[in-house]
Amino acid sequence: MLSKRIIPCLDVRDGKLTKGIKFKGNVDIGDPVEMAEFYYREGADELVFYDITASHEARDIMLEVVRRVAERIFIPFSVGGGLRTVEDMRAVLMAGAEKVSVNSSAVTNPRIIAEGARQFGSQCVVLGMDVLQVPVSEKIPSGYEMVIHGGRKHMGIDALWWAREAQRLGAGEICLNSIDADGTQEGYEKTLTALISSQVSIPVIASGGAGEPRHLAEVLTEGKADAALIASMTHYGHYSVAQIKDYLSERGIKVRKYW
Amino acid sequence: MIAIIDYDAGNLTSVERALRSLGADCAISRDPGFIAQAQRVILPGVGRAGAGMASLRRLGLDRVLADTVAQGKPFLGICFGTQIIFDYSEEDLTGCLGLMPGKVVRFPVDHRDTAGNPLKVPHMGWNGVSWKKRHPVFAGIPEQAEFYFVHSYYLQPDGDNLVAGVTDYGFPFASAVARGSLVAVQFHPEKSGRPGLKLLDNFLAWDGKEAGDAL
Repeated sequence: MLSKRIIPCLDVRDGKLTKGIKFKGNVDIGDPVEMAEFYYREGADELVFYDITASHEARDIMLEVVRRVAERIFIPFSVGGGLRTVEDMRAVLMAGAEKVSVNSSAVTNPRIIAEGARQFGSQCVVLGMDVLQVPVSEKIPSGYEMVIHGGRKHMGIDALWWAREAQRLGAGEICLNSIDADGTQEGYEKTLTALISSQVSIPVIASGGAGEPRHLAEVLTEGKADAALIASMTHYGHYSVAQIKDYLSERGIKVRKYW
Repeated sequence: MIAIIDYDAGNLTSVERALRSLGADCAISRDPGFIAQAQRVILPGVGRAGAGMASLRRLGLDRVLADTVAQGKPFLGICFGTQIIFDYSEEDLTGCLGLMPGKVVRFPVDHRDTAGNPLKVPHMGWNGVSWKKRHPVFAGIPEQAEFYFVHSYYLQPDGDNLVAGVTDYGFPFASAVARGSLVAVQFHPEKSGRPGLKLLDNFLAWDGKEAGDAL
């Protein structure tokens, strides 16, 4: 039986984690490579790196981070943030990432999904979706709209339509982030996640709102998610990945146990 | 020296990195002369059966790989590299290398578990392996240890005696096969954490002769 995946997300700027992260024992870890290795040993099933570097020159710093991570962890990891062209994707994959994630660039230029899938295979292409709940309208029949720039810009595109369209174009997986839930630590947006997951045949990673293990259990069952993204709940030592897995396992949710 | 076969089938550097981390002397190569000299051969890959076979033939590697097996050199197939060693693949209706009897077929379009819940295809993520052979390459790996899978087609070996490991995804399928000096897995050991590294390490130490018994 396939395991549900627990995926820590690390935000990186100029080759450093955006926030110094304190684990139990209060050790401040700013190096994404060290952090990746910590999570690898702790039983994370996959990692997501999100590069929020603004300048193009700093891209090479991120590629160097990817190379160093790939030498030290032997689980899949994806890299997203600012990938605008197939060449950007190629550089990240050649540096050792298993997958690339495209988000706002794909909304404005859907061809990047098709071209990435054609050149590297669908399994390499993750579509990141930032979604906001809006009133149901003729244009947004699902009541969920695609947004970019952290929710500041509405795209007038229905999220459900876009998820299916991205699958048709060749996306291999969807990382579904609810802007409404993001940062609240009050739980994932289960309704949205179940809606999208039941209407596409590719895996859906739930993102935004995780604050305690119960939230993961809910989104992985009622929310029909295949995987759950976590950040602050483990970054700051409130929980460990192993604790979360024990909690899920006790509730009959299949998780990876040997690492 | 270990040759990692390059036939335009995806990014092979993750296999190389995992082997290097174990101290192995390895190189990615498409040179038939180099591959013929290697002590061990790994056929990895991500791709489609039609294009993969066309590349192997164009590069003259189909014969080199057949020789490798005939000579009894340890040979490891990974993921797509495993599918392509069989006789035939339903993907692109392709005649493959024929180094292992059987065929490769697609998971059903409306795939469901035994309770009727829909299952996504590709089968992607971590799934357990139940071992059917006591084989040196799988020694010390726990029963139901999880490995990382990404595939839409699965193996149908001709003969239960070839099956070394079984995984359940709606129904049980062969996720590891072994015969003589040939071992092949549907999952990605290079992306499967400690159990995966253990498998690769076992392969590096295996003489290709001792093939183990059915459990």
